[in-house]
Amino acid sequence: MILADIIWSWSVDGWIMLVGSLCAIAAALLGNFLVLRKMSMLGDAVTHAVLPGIAVAFLISNSRSSLPMFVGAVIVGILTALFTEWIRQFGKVDEGASMGVVFTSLFALGLVILDQAADRVDLDPKCVLYGSIELTTFEMVTIFGYDVPRAVSVLLPVVIINAMFVGLFFKELRICSFDPALATTMGFSAKLMHYLLMVLVSVTAVASFESVGSILVVAMFVVAPAAAYMLTDRLGVMIGLSIVIAVAAALSGHVAARVVPTWFGYGSTTTAGMMAVMAGVLFAFAATLSPKHGVVVKWIRRQLLSVQILCDDIVALLYRCEERSSGMPLRSDLSEQLFAGRFYLSAALTMLRRRGELAAEGELRLSEAGRDRGRKLVRSHRLWEQYLVSEASAETDRIHDKAERFEHFTDKVLRDRLDRATETPDQDPHGSPIPRESHPD
Amino acid sequence: MGSRNSAPSELAILSWRIRSAKPGGNGRCKHGNARWASGLHRCYAFLAGLVLIAVPTTLSAAETRSLTDHSVHWPTWEQWQRVIFLQDYNTRLVVFGVAVLGAGAGLVGGFTLLRKRALMGDALSHASLPGIALAFIIATKLGADGKSLPYLLTGATLSGLFGVAVILWIRNHTRLKEDTALGIVLSVFFGAGMAILGVIQNMEQGNAAGLDGFIYGKTASMRLGDAQLIVVASLIVIAVCLVLFKEFQLLCFDEAFAGSRGFRVIVLDTILMTMVVLITIVGLQAVGLILMIALMVIPAAAARFWTDVMWRMMACSMLIGTVGGVIGATISAVFPRLPSGAMIVLVCSCFFFVSMLFGRSRGILIRYVRRRRLNRRVERQHLLRAMYESLEPSERALSFEPSLSASIEELLPMRSWSRRRLLKAIRMAQDDEMVTLRGTEAHLTRAGFVEAARLTRQHRMWEMYLIAYAEIAPSMVDRDADAIEHVLEPQIINQLEELLEKENTSSLVPVSPHQIGVAR
Repeated sequence: MILADIIWSWSVDGWIMLVGSLCAIAAALLGNFLVLRKMSMLGDAVTHAVLPGIAVAFLISNSRSSLPMFVGAVIVGILTALFTEWIRQFGKVDEGASMGVVFTSLFALGLVILDQAADRVDLDPKCVLYGSIELTTFEMVTIFGYDVPRAVSVLLPVVIINAMFVGLFFKELRICSFDPALATTMGFSAKLMHYLLMVLVSVTAVASFESVGSILVVAMFVVAPAAAYMLTDRLGVMIGLSIVIAVAAALSGHVAARVVPTWFGYGSTTTAGMMAVMAGVLFAFAATLSPKHGVVVKWIRRQLLSVQILCDDIVALLYRCEERSSGMPLRSDLSEQLFAGRFYLSAALTMLRRRGELAAEGELRLSEAGRDRGRKLVRSHRLWEQYLVSEASAETDRIHDKAERFEHFTDKVLRDRLDRATETPDQDPHGSPIPRESHPD
Repeated sequence: MGSRNSAPSELAILSWRIRSAKPGGNGRCKHGNARWASGLHRCYAFLAGLVLIAVPTTLSAAETRSLTDHSVHWPTWEQWQRVIFLQDYNTRLVVFGVAVLGAGAGLVGGFTLLRKRALMGDALSHASLPGIALAFIIATKLGADGKSLPYLLTGATLSGLFGVAVILWIRNHTRLKEDTALGIVLSVFFGAGMAILGVIQNMEQGNAAGLDGFIYGKTASMRLGDAQLIVVASLIVIAVCLVLFKEFQLLCFDEAFAGSRGFRVIVLDTILMTMVVLITIVGLQAVGLILMIALMVIPAAAARFWTDVMWRMMACSMLIGTVGGVIGATISAVFPRLPSGAMIVLVCSCFFFVSMLFGRSRGILIRYVRRRRLNRRVERQHLLRAMYESLEPSERALSFEPSLSASIEELLPMRSWSRRRLLKAIRMAQDDEMVTLRGTEAHLTRAGFVEAARLTRQHRMWEMYLIAYAEIAPSMVDRDADAIEHVLEPQIINQLEELLEKENTSSLVPVSPHQIGVAR
């Protein structure tokens, strides 16, 4: 087993995974609302834009202690959200563009400030912006007699605050995200919720990237909630799922960072990067295989439906042939008349034979069950045609296409209603007889 | 009713008709426009002067503040000269390269902005990292120099294109929106890039140092090769965009229509995105991530304030990108310790804010002026109609006499307006010579009377139209007509006249279909 070759240490790997998970949870909690409000890029913007805040805080306090920097970064983070909103509102600029203007300008401002004070400041923007999760255990603090990494002592309160925010204001957040106008009429300010959310996003982004690096928090803001969104339609479930996915990505990300490079004969790699990649992998699974919205699942469902419809068409065609007592068509006639590809045709025929609606072997011939199904389809078709002409006053030469589509989802109840509405006709507008619901004898 | 003397009011209506038939409609308003416009121009000139004076002073002031422990060295004239006349080889290269890049990025950025994909450049430049890292590994394994530009550029381009494909796939095939697609690609690709870079650091062969510098750029130390690359890429991008200008225009504004006209939307979209990738990747390694994103977004967003015409906007965006690049690079060359990339971004964002405030087409100032002008007209029209309607029942109205007047007490209940607002409206109407105020009595002038009769007629015709054709109850029509009367155009009035001909043409200002006044 490959895992056995690597020495795992709970006091290092355990803390790293814990810190990664905390960061993932904190970001994913808020990320749900960012994704729903179409503000997914805000996390990225905030992590870039806080540079001047850090730089100014450093210049004022003249120390590298993190509290002033944290405060400065959070203030600028909030300003980023505020400026973006203002430019969007007053300048009527598209949200993404206003975000782009604000965060590039702020980042540039930060660079200029840092460069101006370069000889007094030993501050590399990359170091400030990109903390490293691997170094988590190098900085320990003592809280209530326990030695914990500093990152945990920062991230745990953030997680608790975010969870409380989402828990307490769940209803308000939900209404604000889906219908701000309704929220306003119900008497609570959608704007206030928006800015509260922005404050927490800034706090979370700053707290996370300072200890674990920016890419992880950006990924967890967007990717985990997006994956959850593919899986469910309910907000509560979505938040829960996004947390599960985020934690799974964090844990598997660290394992992958240690393990995957060894397959190619290298050492380990960046944990934060692998966590983002694992989140992407989980998203890919969700996006393709989600039972409801997954792309592959939807594709398969569409193929099954088209085979189903082809089955209907074959049965109806054979029924009509029997009705006219013309000879039974050959397989090649079917594919020609129904525009069916070879693969779909054989799939449909196999399905019909298995369900006993087509004679098992030899030439194409309906069984009793198949004839029953065909009769119902043809009856639906002709009733619809009659209905369209008599009730919707459609022209006779334009009704066939519509009836051809409707016949596939017309059940007995609907057929009876059509029958009543058209006063139980014997013939459809083209003069063909409308078969009875059950066999005459 | 019987005592209505129709001859003078007929004259009034006739004169109104003639006036409304003139192009430009209302003569008095035009005069107001001209006055406003010249005021606006003076305002612009003043502000421009202010900026010219203020910018250098604040710049130097800011410098003094931030460098308290340094002596401020304002560059000497020779230094200025060297930079402005491009005597330094390096400055020349940087200014030239950035200018061309600004033009190319400004053009492409215009299209991405209009397609609401302004942050595409952001996502792309992050998405290029894994390609760079992989290209380095492969090149090193093959025994070549992993840091040679062609390998890295190829890797970055391929990975950028893959990123675009994933973004389009997510947008088109899942229920997620564009912004989420951008966020996913940005973070996951960048994460993958970091992971691969982490691996490279453990490799024995090859020196990975500075590889991530590829996406952070180094504007000030641009080399000839970089500049040449930028020029070639920018020219390709500009040429393609100009050749396909019409197609891209359709793509930006009406994708479905473009499809129905037989353009292959997917192909066009792919070409546009390829151009984005090309300019981003080439710019990325020359000037860095943030500057590249800024050059894609800011000039285009700034240009949008100035015009509604597509080609003008594109030209404006290219111009802002170029000028911003040149000024930023110049400032950074003249003053010590100002990073050129950051300065270019800041200059561009200054342009953006100036454009946002003063843009001729969508700027905040011009929108405010337009709104104020409209409000003013609406208030005046409300006042005139209220006066006409308050005069009407007492049979004093319907022909002009100098003594026609309504007291403020009479006018107050006509609408739900405060005394202050009413007085303000009267004052403004006085400026327009529609009304004269003597004591508490407001007198209509001849012009005011004509205008009031016209407005009342318009209002009532719309009410009658609503009653006759939209079958709305007479008690409900007043509010609708009140909202629409300010924007009715002469053609519409003509149509209304034709439609309502058989209804009621006996009186030129028709009788109101409902009671008048607030208390009804």
